[in-house]
Amino acid sequence: MSELQDLYQEVILDHGRRPRNFGKLEGATHQAEGRNPLCGDHLTIEARVEDGAVVEARFVGDGCAISKASASVMTGLVKGKRADEIDALFETFHRLVTEGPAAADELPGLGKLAVFGGVHEFPTRVKCASLPWHTLRAALRGGGTASTE
Amino acid sequence: MIEAVTTATTRAAAAPAAPFDAERVRAEFPILQQQVRGKPLVYLDSAATAQKPRAVLDALARYYEQDNANVHRGVHALSERATRAYEGARVTVARFLGADPREVVFVRGTTEAVNLVAQTFGRQRLGAGDEVVVTTLEHHSNIVPWQLVAAERGAAVVPAPVDDRGELDLEALGRLLERPRVRLLAVTQVSNALGTVTPLDRIAAMARARGVPVLVDGAQGAPHLGLDVRQAGVDFYAFSGHKLYGPTGIGVLWAKREHLEAMPPWQGGGDMIRSVTFEGSTWNDVPHKFEAGTPHIAGAVGLAAAIDWVTARGLPAIAAHERALLRHAEAALREVPGLRLVGEPRERAGALSFVMEGIHPHDLATIVDRHGVAIRAGHHCAQPLMQRFGLAATSRASFAAYNLPSDVEALVRALHAARELFG
Repeated sequence: MSELQDLYQEVILDHGRRPRNFGKLEGATHQAEGRNPLCGDHLTIEARVEDGAVVEARFVGDGCAISKASASVMTGLVKGKRADEIDALFETFHRLVTEGPAAADELPGLGKLAVFGGVHEFPTRVKCASLPWHTLRAALRGGGTASTE
Repeated sequence: MIEAVTTATTRAAAAPAAPFDAERVRAEFPILQQQVRGKPLVYLDSAATAQKPRAVLDALARYYEQDNANVHRGVHALSERATRAYEGARVTVARFLGADPREVVFVRGTTEAVNLVAQTFGRQRLGAGDEVVVTTLEHHSNIVPWQLVAAERGAAVVPAPVDDRGELDLEALGRLLERPRVRLLAVTQVSNALGTVTPLDRIAAMARARGVPVLVDGAQGAPHLGLDVRQAGVDFYAFSGHKLYGPTGIGVLWAKREHLEAMPPWQGGGDMIRSVTFEGSTWNDVPHKFEAGTPHIAGAVGLAAAIDWVTARGLPAIAAHERALLRHAEAALREVPGLRLVGEPRERAGALSFVMEGIHPHDLATIVDRHGVAIRAGHHCAQPLMQRFGLAATSRASFAAYNLPSDVEALVRALHAARELFG
Protein backbone atom coordinates (compact mmCIF):
# COMPACT_ATOMS: atom_id res chain seq x y z
CA MET A 1 0.00 0.00 0.00
CA SER A 2 3.00 2.35 -0.12
CA GLU A 3 1.71 3.73 -3.46
CA LEU A 4 -1.45 4.87 -1.65
CA GLN A 5 0.69 6.59 0.97
CA ASP A 6 2.72 8.23 -1.80
CA LEU A 7 -0.48 9.50 -3.40
CA TYR A 8 -2.22 10.62 -0.24
CA GLN A 9 0.71 12.29 1.48
CA GLU A 10 -0.15 14.19 4.62
CA VAL A 11 0.30 17.51 2.81
CA ILE A 12 -2.24 16.50 0.17
CA LEU A 13 -4.76 15.30 2.74
CA ASP A 14 -4.29 18.54 4.64
CA HIS A 15 -4.78 20.74 1.56
CA GLY A 16 -7.75 18.58 0.55
CA ARG A 17 -9.39 19.03 3.93
CA ARG A 18 -8.50 22.69 4.41
CA PRO A 19 -7.83 24.13 0.99
CA ARG A 20 -5.97 27.46 0.92
CA ASN A 21 -7.22 30.29 -1.29
CA PHE A 22 -10.69 28.78 -1.28
CA GLY A 23 -13.61 31.12 -1.96
CA LYS A 24 -14.53 34.01 -4.21
CA LEU A 25 -11.95 36.59 -5.20
CA GLU A 26 -12.97 40.22 -4.98
CA GLY A 27 -11.74 42.30 -7.89
CA ALA A 28 -10.85 39.35 -10.08
CA THR A 29 -9.72 40.26 -13.59
CA HIS A 30 -9.63 36.72 -14.97
CA GLN A 31 -11.91 33.76 -14.45
CA ALA A 32 -12.54 30.30 -15.91
CA GLU A 33 -14.51 27.22 -15.10
CA GLY A 34 -13.03 23.73 -15.20
CA ARG A 35 -14.91 20.50 -15.61
CA ASN A 36 -14.06 16.85 -15.65
CA PRO A 37 -16.94 15.40 -17.65
CA LEU A 38 -16.00 11.88 -16.63
CA CYS A 39 -16.76 12.41 -12.98
CA GLY A 40 -18.73 15.66 -12.85
CA ASP A 41 -16.12 17.46 -10.78
CA HIS A 42 -15.98 21.18 -11.39
CA LEU A 43 -14.18 24.22 -10.12
CA THR A 44 -13.98 27.91 -10.85
CA ILE A 45 -10.70 29.75 -10.64
CA GLU A 46 -10.46 33.51 -10.36
CA ALA A 47 -7.30 35.56 -10.64
CA ARG A 48 -6.34 39.19 -10.27
CA VAL A 49 -3.62 40.16 -12.71
CA GLU A 50 -1.67 43.41 -12.36
CA ASP A 51 1.19 44.48 -14.62
CA GLY A 52 1.20 41.08 -16.28
CA ALA A 53 1.57 39.07 -13.09
CA VAL A 54 -0.96 37.15 -10.98
CA VAL A 55 -1.41 39.05 -7.73
CA GLU A 56 -3.92 36.66 -6.29
CA ALA A 57 -5.76 33.49 -7.31
CA ARG A 58 -8.62 31.74 -5.56
CA PHE A 59 -10.91 28.83 -6.36
CA VAL A 60 -14.32 27.39 -5.50
CA GLY A 61 -15.77 24.03 -6.46
CA ASP A 62 -16.24 20.45 -5.56
CA GLY A 63 -13.79 17.67 -6.17
CA CYS A 64 -11.65 14.90 -4.77
CA ALA A 65 -8.73 15.39 -2.40
CA ILE A 66 -6.26 15.33 -5.30
CA SER A 67 -7.97 18.06 -7.31
CA LYS A 68 -8.62 20.26 -4.28
CA ALA A 69 -5.05 19.89 -3.03
CA SER A 70 -3.76 20.64 -6.50
CA ALA A 71 -5.87 23.81 -6.75
CA SER A 72 -4.87 24.80 -3.23
CA VAL A 73 -1.12 24.40 -3.81
CA MET A 74 -1.29 25.94 -7.28
CA THR A 75 -3.14 29.09 -6.25
CA GLY A 76 -0.43 29.68 -3.66
CA LEU A 77 2.47 29.02 -6.03
CA VAL A 78 1.38 31.27 -8.86
CA LYS A 79 1.28 34.48 -6.85
CA GLY A 80 3.63 37.02 -8.39
CA LYS A 81 4.13 34.92 -11.52
CA ARG A 82 3.56 35.87 -15.15
CA ALA A 83 1.67 33.63 -17.56
CA ASP A 84 4.87 32.28 -19.15
CA GLU A 85 6.29 31.42 -15.74
CA ILE A 86 3.04 29.65 -14.90
CA ASP A 87 3.25 27.70 -18.15
CA ALA A 88 6.76 26.58 -17.17
CA LEU A 89 5.52 25.52 -13.72
CA PHE A 90 2.72 23.57 -15.36
CA GLU A 91 5.28 21.78 -17.57
CA THR A 92 7.12 20.67 -14.46
CA PHE A 93 3.89 19.63 -12.80
CA HIS A 94 2.68 17.74 -15.86
CA ARG A 95 5.93 15.80 -16.19
CA LEU A 96 5.77 14.99 -12.50
CA VAL A 97 2.20 13.61 -12.49
CA THR A 98 2.49 11.72 -15.78
CA GLU A 99 6.05 10.38 -15.60
CA GLY A 100 7.04 10.57 -11.95
CA PRO A 101 9.56 12.40 -9.77
CA ALA A 102 12.66 11.21 -11.67
CA ALA A 103 11.42 12.79 -14.91
CA ALA A 104 10.74 16.15 -13.26
CA ASP A 105 13.86 16.24 -11.12
CA GLU A 106 15.79 18.72 -13.22
CA LEU A 107 12.84 20.95 -14.08
CA PRO A 108 12.33 24.39 -12.54
CA GLY A 109 10.00 25.10 -9.65
CA LEU A 110 9.49 21.55 -8.40
CA GLY A 111 9.58 22.61 -4.74
CA LYS A 112 6.11 22.43 -3.26
CA LEU A 113 4.80 20.48 -6.27
CA ALA A 114 6.86 17.48 -5.21
CA VAL A 115 3.98 16.27 -2.98
CA PHE A 116 2.18 15.23 -6.18
CA GLY A 117 4.98 12.78 -6.97
CA GLY A 118 2.73 9.79 -6.25
CA VAL A 119 0.07 10.67 -8.82
CA HIS A 120 1.90 9.06 -11.76
CA GLU A 121 1.26 5.62 -10.23
CA PHE A 122 -2.47 6.31 -10.68
CA PRO A 123 -3.07 7.15 -14.35
CA THR A 124 -6.82 7.61 -13.79
CA ARG A 125 -6.11 10.41 -11.31
CA VAL A 126 -3.82 12.54 -13.50
CA LYS A 127 -6.83 14.47 -14.75
CA CYS A 128 -7.91 15.28 -11.19
CA ALA A 129 -4.50 16.80 -10.47
CA SER A 130 -4.28 18.68 -13.79
CA LEU A 131 -7.75 20.22 -13.91
CA PRO A 132 -6.93 23.30 -11.75
CA TRP A 133 -3.88 24.06 -13.92
CA HIS A 134 -5.82 23.76 -17.17
CA THR A 135 -8.48 26.01 -15.69
CA LEU A 136 -6.07 28.68 -14.48
CA ARG A 137 -4.28 28.76 -17.83
CA ALA A 138 -7.66 29.06 -19.60
CA ALA A 139 -8.51 31.98 -17.31
CA LEU A 140 -5.25 33.75 -18.10
CA ARG A 141 -5.78 33.22 -21.82
CA GLY A 142 -9.11 35.01 -21.59
CA GLY A 143 -11.55 32.80 -19.73
CA GLY A 144 -14.10 30.29 -20.81
CA THR A 145 -14.20 26.67 -19.84
CA ALA A 146 -11.42 24.15 -19.44
CA SER A 147 -12.12 20.47 -19.69
CA THR A 148 -10.01 17.42 -19.03
CA GLU A 149 -11.38 15.87 -22.21
CA MET B 1 -32.41 -25.89 -21.08
CA ILE B 2 -34.55 -25.44 -18.00
CA GLU B 3 -37.21 -22.79 -18.38
CA ALA B 4 -37.96 -20.71 -15.32
CA VAL B 5 -41.62 -20.83 -14.39
CA THR B 6 -43.16 -17.45 -14.90
CA THR B 7 -46.09 -16.55 -12.75
CA ALA B 8 -45.65 -12.83 -12.33
CA THR B 9 -44.60 -9.94 -14.49
CA THR B 10 -41.00 -9.97 -13.42
CA ARG B 11 -39.59 -13.39 -14.09
CA ALA B 12 -37.55 -13.24 -10.90
CA ALA B 13 -40.73 -13.19 -8.82
CA ALA B 14 -41.31 -16.89 -9.46
CA ALA B 15 -40.05 -19.34 -6.83
CA PRO B 16 -36.49 -20.61 -7.29
CA ALA B 17 -36.45 -24.13 -8.72
CA ALA B 18 -33.04 -25.40 -7.61
CA PRO B 19 -30.64 -24.52 -4.81
CA PHE B 20 -28.22 -21.84 -5.95
CA ASP B 21 -24.57 -22.67 -5.44
CA ALA B 22 -22.82 -19.30 -5.63
CA GLU B 23 -19.32 -20.77 -5.25
CA ARG B 24 -19.90 -23.02 -8.22
CA VAL B 25 -21.38 -20.18 -10.25
CA ARG B 26 -18.34 -18.03 -9.50
CA ALA B 27 -16.03 -20.82 -10.65
CA GLU B 28 -17.62 -20.56 -14.11
CA PHE B 29 -16.16 -17.05 -14.58
CA PRO B 30 -12.50 -17.30 -15.64
CA ILE B 31 -11.80 -13.58 -15.13
CA LEU B 32 -12.73 -13.78 -11.46
CA GLN B 33 -10.00 -16.32 -10.75
CA GLN B 34 -7.25 -13.68 -10.89
CA GLN B 35 -5.44 -11.50 -8.41
CA VAL B 36 -5.48 -7.73 -8.83
CA ARG B 37 -2.74 -5.70 -7.17
CA GLY B 38 -1.73 -8.79 -5.24
CA LYS B 39 -5.22 -9.42 -3.85
CA PRO B 40 -8.02 -11.71 -5.06
CA LEU B 41 -10.22 -9.70 -7.41
CA VAL B 42 -13.46 -8.50 -5.81
CA TYR B 43 -15.65 -7.30 -8.66
CA LEU B 44 -18.47 -5.03 -7.49
CA ASP B 45 -19.05 -3.13 -10.72
CA SER B 46 -21.46 -5.42 -12.56
CA ALA B 47 -23.93 -2.56 -13.05
CA ALA B 48 -21.33 -1.10 -15.41
CA THR B 49 -20.72 -4.42 -17.10
CA ALA B 50 -21.07 -8.01 -15.94
CA GLN B 51 -18.34 -10.62 -16.34
CA LYS B 52 -18.89 -13.51 -18.75
CA PRO B 53 -19.23 -17.19 -17.87
CA ARG B 54 -17.22 -19.87 -19.70
CA ALA B 55 -20.39 -20.87 -21.62
CA VAL B 56 -20.59 -17.43 -23.27
CA LEU B 57 -16.87 -17.28 -24.05
CA ASP B 58 -17.06 -20.76 -25.59
CA ALA B 59 -20.11 -19.87 -27.68
CA LEU B 60 -18.27 -16.85 -29.12
CA ALA B 61 -15.17 -18.90 -29.93
CA ARG B 62 -17.25 -21.74 -31.39
CA TYR B 63 -19.15 -19.34 -33.63
CA TYR B 64 -15.97 -17.79 -35.04
CA GLU B 65 -14.14 -21.12 -35.29
CA GLN B 66 -16.94 -23.08 -36.94
CA ASP B 67 -19.86 -21.04 -38.27
CA ASN B 68 -18.71 -17.53 -39.16
CA ALA B 69 -20.31 -16.16 -42.33
CA ASN B 70 -22.60 -13.31 -43.25
CA VAL B 71 -26.28 -13.82 -42.60
CA HIS B 72 -29.45 -13.83 -44.71
CA ARG B 73 -27.84 -13.59 -48.15
CA GLY B 74 -25.48 -16.52 -48.64
CA VAL B 75 -26.62 -19.90 -49.90
CA HIS B 76 -23.57 -21.80 -48.69
CA ALA B 77 -23.45 -24.00 -45.62
CA LEU B 78 -21.70 -21.54 -43.32
CA SER B 79 -24.07 -18.71 -44.15
CA GLU B 80 -26.99 -21.03 -43.47
CA ARG B 81 -25.52 -21.96 -40.09
CA ALA B 82 -24.71 -18.34 -39.20
CA THR B 83 -28.23 -17.29 -40.18
CA ARG B 84 -29.71 -20.09 -38.11
CA ALA B 85 -27.57 -19.10 -35.12
CA TYR B 86 -28.48 -15.41 -35.48
CA GLU B 87 -32.20 -15.97 -35.93
CA GLY B 88 -32.10 -18.64 -33.22
CA ALA B 89 -30.67 -16.01 -30.88
CA ARG B 90 -33.67 -13.82 -31.68
CA VAL B 91 -36.00 -16.65 -30.66
CA THR B 92 -34.06 -17.11 -27.41
CA VAL B 93 -34.40 -13.40 -26.64
CA ALA B 94 -38.10 -13.48 -27.51
CA ARG B 95 -38.68 -16.41 -25.14
CA PHE B 96 -36.77 -14.54 -22.39
CA LEU B 97 -39.18 -11.62 -22.82
CA GLY B 98 -42.35 -13.60 -23.45
CA ALA B 99 -42.52 -11.96 -26.88
CA ASP B 100 -42.80 -12.69 -30.58
CA PRO B 101 -39.35 -12.94 -32.31
CA ARG B 102 -40.58 -10.51 -34.96
CA GLU B 103 -40.72 -7.89 -32.22
CA VAL B 104 -37.04 -8.32 -31.27
CA VAL B 105 -34.62 -5.88 -32.90
CA PHE B 106 -30.91 -6.40 -32.33
CA VAL B 107 -29.07 -3.16 -31.58
CA ARG B 108 -25.73 -2.23 -30.03
CA GLY B 109 -27.15 -1.76 -26.58
CA THR B 110 -29.73 0.05 -24.49
CA THR B 111 -28.50 3.46 -25.59
CA GLU B 112 -28.93 2.64 -29.26
CA ALA B 113 -32.36 1.13 -28.59
CA VAL B 114 -33.60 4.33 -26.93
CA ASN B 115 -32.13 6.47 -29.69
CA LEU B 116 -33.81 4.28 -32.29
CA VAL B 117 -37.21 4.79 -30.67
CA ALA B 118 -36.61 8.52 -30.18
CA GLN B 119 -35.56 9.03 -33.80
CA THR B 120 -38.41 7.00 -35.31
CA PHE B 121 -41.40 6.75 -33.00
CA GLY B 122 -40.48 9.99 -31.25
CA ARG B 123 -39.90 11.96 -34.41
CA GLN B 124 -43.15 10.65 -35.86
CA ARG B 125 -45.29 11.30 -32.79
CA LEU B 126 -43.88 14.51 -31.34
CA GLY B 127 -44.99 17.92 -32.49
CA ALA B 128 -44.59 21.46 -31.18
CA GLY B 129 -45.86 21.70 -27.61
CA ASP B 130 -45.90 17.93 -27.03
CA GLU B 131 -44.22 16.40 -24.00
CA VAL B 132 -42.13 13.35 -23.11
CA VAL B 133 -42.16 12.47 -19.42
CA VAL B 134 -38.88 11.01 -18.12
CA THR B 135 -38.13 10.26 -14.50
CA THR B 136 -35.40 11.74 -12.34
CA LEU B 137 -34.04 8.20 -11.84
CA GLU B 138 -33.05 7.91 -15.48
CA HIS B 139 -29.60 7.26 -16.88
CA HIS B 140 -28.49 9.94 -19.35
CA SER B 141 -29.21 7.44 -22.13
CA ASN B 142 -32.92 7.69 -21.34
CA ILE B 143 -32.85 11.50 -21.11
CA VAL B 144 -30.59 12.86 -23.83
CA PRO B 145 -32.15 11.01 -26.82
CA TRP B 146 -35.49 12.59 -25.82
CA GLN B 147 -33.91 16.03 -25.48
CA LEU B 148 -32.46 15.69 -28.99
CA VAL B 149 -35.76 14.77 -30.63
CA ALA B 150 -37.72 17.23 -28.48
CA ALA B 151 -35.45 20.08 -29.54
CA GLU B 152 -35.91 19.12 -33.15
CA ARG B 153 -39.70 18.89 -32.88
CA GLY B 154 -40.34 21.81 -30.54
CA ALA B 155 -41.45 19.40 -27.83
CA ALA B 156 -40.47 19.37 -24.16
CA VAL B 157 -38.92 16.79 -21.82
CA VAL B 158 -40.67 16.88 -18.45
CA PRO B 159 -39.04 15.27 -15.39
CA ALA B 160 -41.03 13.16 -12.93
CA PRO B 161 -39.75 13.64 -9.36
CA VAL B 162 -38.08 11.23 -6.96
CA ASP B 163 -38.58 11.29 -3.19
CA ASP B 164 -35.95 11.18 -0.44
CA ARG B 165 -35.97 7.37 -0.41
CA GLY B 166 -34.93 7.39 -4.05
CA GLU B 167 -38.32 6.16 -5.21
CA LEU B 168 -40.58 7.62 -7.86
CA ASP B 169 -43.28 9.94 -6.53
CA LEU B 170 -46.19 8.09 -8.11
CA GLU B 171 -48.76 10.76 -7.28
CA ALA B 172 -46.69 13.40 -9.01
CA LEU B 173 -46.11 11.04 -11.92
CA GLY B 174 -49.86 10.46 -12.16
CA ARG B 175 -50.47 14.21 -12.31
CA LEU B 176 -47.86 14.60 -15.06
CA LEU B 177 -49.47 11.83 -17.09
CA GLU B 178 -52.76 13.73 -16.97
CA ARG B 179 -51.29 16.62 -18.91
CA PRO B 180 -52.92 16.67 -22.33
CA ARG B 181 -49.80 16.80 -24.50
CA VAL B 182 -47.85 13.86 -23.04
CA ARG B 183 -46.90 11.53 -25.88
CA LEU B 184 -44.55 9.09 -24.14
CA LEU B 185 -43.30 8.00 -20.73
CA ALA B 186 -39.66 6.87 -20.50
CA VAL B 187 -38.91 5.06 -17.26
CA THR B 188 -36.24 2.75 -15.95
CA GLN B 189 -36.99 -0.65 -14.45
CA VAL B 190 -34.11 -0.34 -11.98
CA SER B 191 -32.06 2.77 -11.16
CA ASN B 192 -28.44 2.19 -12.17
CA ALA B 193 -27.24 4.61 -9.50
CA LEU B 194 -29.39 3.71 -6.48
CA GLY B 195 -30.72 0.25 -7.31
CA THR B 196 -34.34 1.39 -6.90
CA VAL B 197 -36.84 -1.00 -8.48
CA THR B 198 -39.72 0.96 -10.00
CA PRO B 199 -43.29 -0.42 -9.76
CA LEU B 200 -43.66 -1.01 -13.49
CA ASP B 201 -47.06 -2.73 -13.25
CA ARG B 202 -48.62 0.31 -11.59
CA ILE B 203 -46.79 2.80 -13.76
CA ALA B 204 -47.78 1.01 -16.96
CA ALA B 205 -51.42 0.85 -15.80
CA MET B 206 -51.41 4.59 -15.02
CA ALA B 207 -49.94 5.39 -18.42
CA ARG B 208 -52.30 3.02 -20.21
CA ALA B 209 -55.28 4.69 -18.59
CA ARG B 210 -54.11 7.94 -20.15
CA GLY B 211 -53.21 6.36 -23.49
CA VAL B 212 -49.53 7.18 -23.04
CA PRO B 213 -47.04 4.68 -24.50
CA VAL B 214 -44.30 3.50 -22.14
CA LEU B 215 -40.64 2.87 -22.91
CA VAL B 216 -38.78 0.90 -20.25
CA ASP B 217 -35.01 1.05 -19.85
CA GLY B 218 -34.21 -2.53 -18.84
CA ALA B 219 -30.41 -2.20 -18.81
CA GLN B 220 -30.30 -2.84 -15.06
CA GLY B 221 -33.61 -4.67 -14.80
CA ALA B 222 -33.00 -7.45 -17.31
CA PRO B 223 -30.07 -9.05 -15.42
CA HIS B 224 -31.81 -9.02 -12.03
CA LEU B 225 -35.55 -9.20 -12.70
CA GLY B 226 -36.18 -9.89 -16.36
CA LEU B 227 -39.51 -8.77 -17.73
CA ASP B 228 -42.49 -10.45 -19.30
CA VAL B 229 -43.21 -7.60 -21.67
CA ARG B 230 -46.78 -8.66 -22.45
CA GLN B 231 -47.85 -8.98 -18.83
CA ALA B 232 -46.09 -5.72 -17.98
CA GLY B 233 -48.22 -3.98 -20.58
CA VAL B 234 -45.45 -1.71 -21.83
CA ASP B 235 -44.71 -0.60 -25.39
CA PHE B 236 -40.90 -0.66 -25.61
CA TYR B 237 -38.24 -2.53 -23.63
CA ALA B 238 -34.52 -1.96 -24.11
CA PHE B 239 -31.59 -3.83 -22.63
CA SER B 240 -27.89 -4.51 -23.17
CA GLY B 241 -26.25 -7.91 -23.57
CA HIS B 242 -23.11 -7.02 -21.67
CA LYS B 243 -24.87 -6.35 -18.38
CA LEU B 244 -26.57 -9.74 -18.72
CA TYR B 245 -23.31 -11.78 -18.83
CA GLY B 246 -23.18 -11.43 -22.62
CA PRO B 247 -20.80 -9.63 -24.96
CA THR B 248 -20.54 -5.86 -25.41
CA GLY B 249 -21.92 -4.32 -28.59
CA ILE B 250 -25.16 -6.30 -28.65
CA GLY B 251 -28.47 -5.31 -27.15
CA VAL B 252 -32.17 -5.60 -27.73
CA LEU B 253 -35.04 -3.32 -28.52
CA TRP B 254 -38.35 -5.04 -28.00
CA ALA B 255 -41.37 -3.13 -29.28
CA LYS B 256 -45.00 -3.99 -29.86
CA ARG B 257 -45.44 -5.22 -33.40
CA GLU B 258 -47.93 -2.45 -34.23
CA HIS B 259 -45.35 0.18 -33.30
CA LEU B 260 -42.56 -1.45 -35.29
CA GLU B 261 -44.84 -1.68 -38.33
CA ALA B 262 -45.78 2.00 -38.07
CA MET B 263 -42.30 3.33 -37.31
CA PRO B 264 -40.15 4.48 -40.25
CA PRO B 265 -36.73 2.89 -40.70
CA TRP B 266 -33.91 4.48 -38.75
CA GLN B 267 -30.74 3.61 -40.63
CA GLY B 268 -30.67 2.72 -44.31
CA GLY B 269 -28.50 0.07 -45.89
CA GLY B 270 -28.34 -3.58 -46.78
CA ASP B 271 -30.68 -6.12 -45.21
CA MET B 272 -33.30 -3.52 -44.22
CA ILE B 273 -34.70 -3.19 -47.75
CA ARG B 274 -36.96 -5.26 -49.93
CA SER B 275 -35.99 -3.57 -53.17
CA VAL B 276 -33.92 -0.58 -54.15
CA THR B 277 -34.31 1.56 -57.26
CA PHE B 278 -33.29 5.15 -57.89
CA GLU B 279 -36.99 6.01 -57.95
CA GLY B 280 -37.38 4.75 -54.41
CA SER B 281 -36.92 1.79 -52.10
CA THR B 282 -39.20 -0.45 -50.10
CA TRP B 283 -38.52 -1.82 -46.65
CA ASN B 284 -37.99 -5.31 -45.40
CA ASP B 285 -40.39 -6.80 -42.86
CA VAL B 286 -39.95 -6.13 -39.15
CA PRO B 287 -37.64 -6.57 -37.36
CA HIS B 288 -35.19 -6.55 -40.30
CA LYS B 289 -36.41 -3.09 -41.30
CA PHE B 290 -34.43 -1.82 -38.28
CA GLU B 291 -31.26 -3.85 -38.82
CA ALA B 292 -29.33 -2.16 -41.62
CA GLY B 293 -25.95 -3.61 -42.48
CA THR B 294 -24.21 -6.72 -41.24
CA PRO B 295 -25.35 -7.18 -37.68
CA HIS B 296 -23.26 -8.24 -34.68
CA ILE B 297 -23.87 -11.93 -35.37
CA ALA B 298 -21.37 -13.26 -32.85
CA GLY B 299 -22.77 -10.82 -30.29
CA ALA B 300 -26.28 -12.17 -30.79
CA VAL B 301 -24.96 -15.74 -30.46
CA GLY B 302 -23.13 -14.74 -27.28
CA LEU B 303 -26.22 -13.02 -25.89
CA ALA B 304 -28.31 -16.14 -26.53
CA ALA B 305 -25.67 -18.22 -24.70
CA ALA B 306 -25.85 -15.76 -21.81
CA ILE B 307 -29.64 -15.96 -21.65
CA ASP B 308 -29.43 -19.76 -21.74
CA TRP B 309 -26.88 -19.60 -18.94
CA VAL B 310 -29.11 -17.34 -16.82
CA THR B 311 -32.20 -19.41 -17.55
CA ALA B 312 -30.47 -22.68 -16.65
CA ARG B 313 -29.41 -21.31 -13.26
CA GLY B 314 -32.79 -19.70 -12.87
CA LEU B 315 -33.25 -15.95 -12.83
CA PRO B 316 -35.40 -16.26 -9.68
CA ALA B 317 -32.57 -18.10 -7.91
CA ILE B 318 -30.02 -15.53 -9.08
CA ALA B 319 -32.32 -12.72 -7.93
CA ALA B 320 -32.82 -14.28 -4.50
CA HIS B 321 -29.06 -14.70 -4.10
CA GLU B 322 -28.48 -11.06 -5.08
CA ARG B 323 -31.22 -9.81 -2.76
CA ALA B 324 -29.59 -11.62 0.17
CA LEU B 325 -26.21 -10.11 -0.76
CA LEU B 326 -27.71 -6.61 -0.95
CA ARG B 327 -29.34 -6.97 2.45
CA HIS B 328 -26.05 -8.18 3.88
CA ALA B 329 -24.19 -5.30 2.23
CA GLU B 330 -26.69 -2.70 3.49
CA ALA B 331 -26.32 -3.94 7.05
CA ALA B 332 -22.53 -4.18 6.87
CA LEU B 333 -22.10 -0.74 5.29
CA ARG B 334 -24.30 0.92 7.91
CA GLU B 335 -21.73 -0.19 10.50
CA VAL B 336 -18.91 1.69 8.75
CA PRO B 337 -18.30 4.99 10.60
CA GLY B 338 -19.25 8.08 8.58
CA LEU B 339 -20.89 6.09 5.79
CA ARG B 340 -24.32 7.09 4.51
CA LEU B 341 -26.38 5.13 2.02
CA VAL B 342 -27.90 7.32 -0.70
CA GLY B 343 -31.55 6.47 -1.11
CA GLU B 344 -33.35 3.81 0.86
CA PRO B 345 -35.76 2.32 -1.66
CA ARG B 346 -38.11 -0.37 -0.35
CA GLU B 347 -37.22 -2.60 -3.24
CA ARG B 348 -33.68 -2.66 -4.53
CA ALA B 349 -31.90 -4.70 -7.19
CA GLY B 350 -28.26 -4.97 -8.14
CA ALA B 351 -26.72 -1.78 -6.81
CA LEU B 352 -26.39 0.51 -3.84
CA SER B 353 -24.81 3.95 -3.59
CA PHE B 354 -23.11 5.54 -0.63
CA VAL B 355 -20.99 8.47 0.45
CA MET B 356 -18.39 8.64 3.20
CA GLU B 357 -17.96 11.75 5.27
CA GLY B 358 -14.75 13.60 4.40
CA ILE B 359 -13.72 11.22 1.59
CA HIS B 360 -14.62 12.03 -1.99
CA PRO B 361 -15.96 9.02 -3.94
CA HIS B 362 -13.02 9.12 -6.34
CA ASP B 363 -10.49 8.97 -3.56
CA LEU B 364 -12.50 6.15 -2.04
CA ALA B 365 -12.61 4.17 -5.29
CA THR B 366 -8.85 4.60 -5.75
CA ILE B 367 -8.14 3.37 -2.26
CA VAL B 368 -10.42 0.32 -2.35
CA ASP B 369 -9.06 -0.55 -5.80
CA ARG B 370 -5.62 -0.89 -4.23
CA HIS B 371 -7.24 -3.50 -1.98
CA GLY B 372 -8.40 -5.42 -5.04
CA VAL B 373 -12.00 -4.17 -4.81
CA ALA B 374 -13.57 -2.74 -7.97
CA ILE B 375 -16.37 -0.25 -7.31
CA ARG B 376 -17.61 2.70 -9.34
CA ALA B 377 -17.34 6.33 -8.30
CA GLY B 378 -18.90 9.29 -10.04
CA HIS B 379 -22.28 10.52 -11.19
CA HIS B 380 -23.13 7.18 -12.82
CA CYS B 381 -24.45 9.00 -15.91
CA ALA B 382 -27.37 10.13 -13.76
CA GLN B 383 -26.54 13.76 -13.06
CA PRO B 384 -30.15 14.91 -12.53
CA LEU B 385 -30.52 12.23 -9.85
CA MET B 386 -27.25 13.30 -8.21
CA GLN B 387 -28.52 16.91 -8.22
CA ARG B 388 -31.76 15.72 -6.61
CA PHE B 389 -29.70 14.40 -3.70
CA GLY B 390 -27.38 17.44 -3.67
CA LEU B 391 -24.34 15.34 -4.59
CA ALA B 392 -21.77 15.55 -7.37
CA ALA B 393 -20.85 11.90 -7.06
CA THR B 394 -21.37 8.72 -5.05
CA SER B 395 -19.60 5.41 -4.68
CA ARG B 396 -21.56 2.46 -6.01
CA ALA B 397 -21.21 -1.23 -5.28
CA SER B 398 -23.16 -3.53 -7.56
CA PHE B 399 -23.74 -7.26 -7.36
CA ALA B 400 -24.28 -10.17 -9.71
CA ALA B 401 -24.78 -13.92 -9.58
CA TYR B 402 -21.07 -14.56 -8.95
CA ASN B 403 -20.65 -12.35 -5.90
CA LEU B 404 -20.25 -13.85 -2.44
CA PRO B 405 -20.68 -12.54 1.09
CA SER B 406 -16.87 -12.51 1.29
CA ASP B 407 -16.92 -9.77 -1.39
CA VAL B 408 -18.95 -7.59 0.99
CA GLU B 409 -16.45 -8.30 3.79
CA ALA B 410 -13.58 -7.31 1.48
CA LEU B 411 -15.32 -4.05 0.59
CA VAL B 412 -15.95 -3.23 4.24
CA ARG B 413 -12.30 -3.94 5.13
CA ALA B 414 -11.17 -1.65 2.30
CA LEU B 415 -13.54 1.11 3.45
CA HIS B 416 -12.08 0.90 6.95
CA ALA B 417 -8.60 1.23 5.44
CA ALA B 418 -9.75 4.34 3.58
CA ARG B 419 -11.10 5.79 6.80
CA GLU B 420 -7.77 5.12 8.48
CA LEU B 421 -5.80 6.79 5.67
CA PHE B 422 -8.01 9.88 5.60
CA GLY B 423 -8.37 10.09 9.39
